[in-house]
Amino acid sequence: MFQFIVKRLVWLVLTLWAVFTVSFILMKIVPGGPYQAERNLPPEVEQNIRAQFHLDDPLHIQYRDHLWDTVRGDFRSSFKLKDFTVNEVIAQGFPVSASLGVLAMLFALTLGLTAGIVSALRRGGVLDLAFMALATVGIAVPNFVLASIAVLIFVFKLGWFPAAGWGTLAQLVLPALCLGLPFAAYIARLTRTGMLEVLSKDYIRLAYAKGLSSRRVVLRHALRGAVLPVVSYLGPATAGILTGSLVLERIFALPGMGSHFIDAALQRDYTLVMGMVLVYTLLLYTMNFLVDLSYAVIDPRVKLH
Amino acid sequence: MHFSGHDELERYAHVLDEAQAIKGVSLGKDAWRRLRKNYAAMASLVFLIVLFVLAMFVPFLPLQSPIRQDLSQRKFQPPSRVAPGLGVADLAEDEYRLAVDALFGERNAVDRALIDSRVALFGDRTIPSYFGTDELGRDLLARTMWGARVSLMVGIVATLVSLVIGVTYGAFAGYVGGAVDNLMMRFVDVLYSIPFIFVVIFLLTILSEDTIKQALGAWGINKIVIFYFVIGAIYWLTMARVVRGQVISLKEEQFIEAARTIGATRTAIVFRHLIPNLLSIAIVYLTLTIPAVMLFEAFLSFLGLGVDPPDVSWGILANDGIKVITPVRIYWWLVVFPGLALAMTLFALNFLGDGLRDALDPRMKNR
Repeated sequence: MFQFIVKRLVWLVLTLWAVFTVSFILMKIVPGGPYQAERNLPPEVEQNIRAQFHLDDPLHIQYRDHLWDTVRGDFRSSFKLKDFTVNEVIAQGFPVSASLGVLAMLFALTLGLTAGIVSALRRGGVLDLAFMALATVGIAVPNFVLASIAVLIFVFKLGWFPAAGWGTLAQLVLPALCLGLPFAAYIARLTRTGMLEVLSKDYIRLAYAKGLSSRRVVLRHALRGAVLPVVSYLGPATAGILTGSLVLERIFALPGMGSHFIDAALQRDYTLVMGMVLVYTLLLYTMNFLVDLSYAVIDPRVKLH
Repeated sequence: MHFSGHDELERYAHVLDEAQAIKGVSLGKDAWRRLRKNYAAMASLVFLIVLFVLAMFVPFLPLQSPIRQDLSQRKFQPPSRVAPGLGVADLAEDEYRLAVDALFGERNAVDRALIDSRVALFGDRTIPSYFGTDELGRDLLARTMWGARVSLMVGIVATLVSLVIGVTYGAFAGYVGGAVDNLMMRFVDVLYSIPFIFVVIFLLTILSEDTIKQALGAWGINKIVIFYFVIGAIYWLTMARVVRGQVISLKEEQFIEAARTIGATRTAIVFRHLIPNLLSIAIVYLTLTIPAVMLFEAFLSFLGLGVDPPDVSWGILANDGIKVITPVRIYWWLVVFPGLALAMTLFALNFLGDGLRDALDPRMKNR
């Protein structure tokens, strides 16, 4: 166990270093740099900017300095947002994105698991067919189409939710639902398949035979065996939710990391982009790591190495 | 020899006849037989083939111009039976060329020939605006059909790129095995925890910077070509893993051993026995990766990193529709039709992929 954690930490450092290096190279091969959009920059001003960002140093010195700053957790100041360091932008955006992501994940898990279990127990029934049809739709419809149709219906026609913005829980519910639904659909399908396989096993028959209530058999015995594919899907799902939040934050005008990232990329705010890619990598890696750990907790047959 | 009696001979002849009467069922035939019974998958297959053929011959179809604007008369028209003609059939040769370029953009020789034969066959007649018109008065049906070309092409070509990379990488790692395999798969593990979409966005913004764009344009590389390679280069990871696993288990299979004992050469084993067995899993992943790639293209279009005009894709169309949603006025057709086109295609691809997976499952053989 301990060895497993140490090994993973080493790989984490390597991964982050690789991402840093690739971003650094991408950043440097662009001609002109971030200020090329401003035409006719006086040479003195340009000189000052270059000196301020140490753009005149040899490349390996720039690389070393930048790497050292990053290791200390200082992502430097933004190229484009005046008076902001990258750390400040991330600190502002992170709580918004995190609450959106966590809420979406909760929706995905509760809706997906419930629909999957019900479908498996009522195999071939009306509910099963309805849920699986919905799940297929959920997988095939792009999330921005889903979100805009949801805005049309629930905001403009029915007036159940506020249209956009950040601050109250009600403003977060609709984007989180739209973000979580495609993943709920996938989880429902995985749960259904897993449950169907497990329900025909001997140990389930034994559990029934020794007189347990069917609720207890399903929730305590069957679900535990069926949920493994869902757990291993959580890694890719996290990646998907991170990506999806870019779109949902745009549509619902949420001031999260996603909208900052897109703006930063479109305006070539390189330090901000690099800082955010590193944060996203860290998040994704941590999630994959937790998934692997929880594997061993759920299924005693799994050995970590 | 004591087998040489008349009865023995007859018995062997009989066995031989019987053996010849049994037809070998190839994997492909058997899978096809099973796929045909799956109505959802077959309907999807028919839908996809029709869509693909239509998309290929879009310039030949009597559609309206996908780019002609009409701000005064036809802005935000809901679906209707109005069909403005092309107005090019009676023009003289050089005027005709200019008019066609204005209506359809600058196209390659094949597309021009298709447009010419379309004008020769249908004249100025067009299909009415059953899908309505957009913000600039352009016909949405025509734009959806021209968008089908780009969306499908990006989906298919980018997936093929990922297929080539993934199969080569995975098959090599699996076949060589040992430390090389270990190292190659560790590398894939590292790539898995990199949020590539963010790197891709970064890369695309860099590549769409004006000077770089011009330099690439001189090489004949436009946004669509960049899409093929960038998207293809990030979707190969799963394919590599799956193929490697398949190769490793196949290497130890008895039928490979059997082929070796009857003296099959190494090349014969790879081409006759390994690759056909990889093919089925590759086809399944192909049908499941294409929708993922198409979604990704739509996603990039939504973020404003899509293909450049006059090309359109379904993602760009859906995004254009979403941009004009206001509490005051809702132009539903601008969201619904492109979204529906995209969703139905992805739906069909998913169904077909699931059906193929079942049909190609060797455990289902002869059932």
